Amino acid sequence: MNHLGFELQPLKIASFDFTCCEGCQLQLANRESTLPEFLALVDIRNFREISSERHDDYDIALVEGSITRSDEIERLKTIRARAKMLVAFGTCACFGGVNSLKNRMPQEAVIREVYDGKAIETMPSMRIGDIVEVDYGIPGCPVSKEEVERIVVSLVSRSPVTLPTYPVCVECKQRLNTCLFDLGEICLGPVTRAGCDAVCPTGNTACLGCRGPAEEINFPAFAQLVRDKELSMADMREKLAFYNGFGDYLEEET
Amino acid sequence: MKRKLDFDIDLHHLPRVEGHGNIRISVRDGRLAEATWAVVETPRFFEAIVKGMSAERVPFLTSRICGICSISHSLASIRALERAMEITPPETALTIRLLAMHGETLQSHALHLFFLAAPDFLDAPSALPIMQSHPEIVRAGLQLKELGNEISTVTTGRCTHPVSLVLGGVSKAPSRELLLRLKTMIAERLPALERTTEFFSTLTIPQFVRETEFISLRNGSAYPSIGGDLVSTDGVVRDEEDYLRMTNEYLVAFSTSKFTKVTRQSSAAGALARFNNNFGLLHPRARAAAAAFGLEPVCHNPFMNNVAQLVECHHIMEDAAMLVDRLLDADLLDIRTAFKPKAGSATGAVEAPRGILYHHLETDDEGKVVKADCIIPTTQNNANIHYDLHALAEQALAEGRNEAETEKLCVILVRSYDPCISCSVH
Repeated sequence: MNHLGFELQPLKIASFDFTCCEGCQLQLANRESTLPEFLALVDIRNFREISSERHDDYDIALVEGSITRSDEIERLKTIRARAKMLVAFGTCACFGGVNSLKNRMPQEAVIREVYDGKAIETMPSMRIGDIVEVDYGIPGCPVSKEEVERIVVSLVSRSPVTLPTYPVCVECKQRLNTCLFDLGEICLGPVTRAGCDAVCPTGNTACLGCRGPAEEINFPAFAQLVRDKELSMADMREKLAFYNGFGDYLEEET
Repeated sequence: MKRKLDFDIDLHHLPRVEGHGNIRISVRDGRLAEATWAVVETPRFFEAIVKGMSAERVPFLTSRICGICSISHSLASIRALERAMEITPPETALTIRLLAMHGETLQSHALHLFFLAAPDFLDAPSALPIMQSHPEIVRAGLQLKELGNEISTVTTGRCTHPVSLVLGGVSKAPSRELLLRLKTMIAERLPALERTTEFFSTLTIPQFVRETEFISLRNGSAYPSIGGDLVSTDGVVRDEEDYLRMTNEYLVAFSTSKFTKVTRQSSAAGALARFNNNFGLLHPRARAAAAAFGLEPVCHNPFMNNVAQLVECHHIMEDAAMLVDRLLDADLLDIRTAFKPKAGSATGAVEAPRGILYHHLETDDEGKVVKADCIIPTTQNNANIHYDLHALAEQALAEGRNEAETEKLCVILVRSYDPCISCSVH
């Protein structure tokens, strides 16, 4: 592959899933109109969901899901040892995601609720970064394929990998949406990292913070906004807890 | 003396299916000793974590059960909660939801037929080499998958994990411009479906029959999608609220996903089940496609689920075009009914791409969930897959097949069910 006189090598990538819905990996097969070009940039070495070919030589491991069982820890460590670069892929991998909602309860109670006494192994949901070193995180529930494409191009061309540092509100304003706060609803757009093109507020539903906190957010001002508008603090807390991306701020608030 | 056959097939984390499942087959002295379908997926305990959540947020949580059929999960929760709280959404919103279901099913079927199933029939490890050997076929598949995703995006804001499906209706209606573009796109992609049909008619579907009971929704007026009676090919008809007697979930030691049954030892859900129970309600074009494959109700060959999915794609293209026309004539501003949360309990049943899906939800006075139960299509197929594997391995041995041939047949069988394993464990 030659680009502007530079010889570029396709990325040897592998995709792995842990406790999750596999929706982030599935995004790799979406945006069908650019799929052939995208696939030309990567050499897929291991991707169980779409291929029965399995190779252990890969440079980049995309890891989806959170960790909730001891066999997952061992599998993750093996992947880390083989990969030159490990990417936490999606909200569950980056922050624990919705799986972390069970961390509020004793694990025995959670098992009893679903399995009626059967012995089932599970532990509180952990981020990939709690177990192994993570080189990059691509947040999103699900990840945005456009952002993934951009990052893959950066990696192939050895350019710096970046995520937007500003909040979702910036993208939401660019799309000329009516602010949900003005419609009487709490939206996490002011404190959440952009990069999703404000997809939820554009659909008239509140941002629930799947991409985690933006950099340098003013959280006290956000909480004050909720109070000034006389909106429900319980609703704010439910939204902040949804993807487990705002743990520190939640504690600060309560 | 002829040597008796001895072998063990132990497939750990079967590839080209959603989620983690294992196949184990043991043959001793030429006789089948074991055939097991074991789901080893890690549970996420959705029924526990949804408790205490406000009703309006629930569909955003339950959609995360599945990365392929998130719209179905969202709408199953919405239907359960709207019935529990007696909310009636506007007609336009109901039409948008039906169209969204079509988008999801088209995307899911195209993904399965081209990326997961087709490589088996062409002896390829994945769709990637097929892009080189049969580029025009893969292009057709990608066109259909893209159309499915586009329908979902136009109707719900995003193709995976919908944005605008809410209690009381939808939070945003598609614009007329987007609907008109969708109408053109559907018409332009009909040839891709024709090409796909021609291609699949050249593949050899394995011959195998184990009589089973097929479960699906039926409403008597349209091919099933959201709500209706629960019916089986054994003549069972039950009300939607009676879902527990249509599933009878039970635990087995070797699986983190539960098993179910109705009248027989096991039952099946999915495209073939819908087809078997609702053949007469398919669009004539879809019925003609079925006839070309010799597919007739009641078909008991699970490998034909692939063909039934293709037949449904024909129905979806016709019905989606009709729904787009209906929306172009509808009031696109009347899309959401206001409601006050209240205590109640109800079931929402929908036909997800892989079969009938139930969410049962109970709320308190403030609309917080106090009890939840989700029964997934693949959960309802696990027992059938398990017993099919046994019968198929027996048949393979009787036909004198070797280990490699038996393994290949068993793998294709499991993939024919298009299992969604992380969903089934949830």
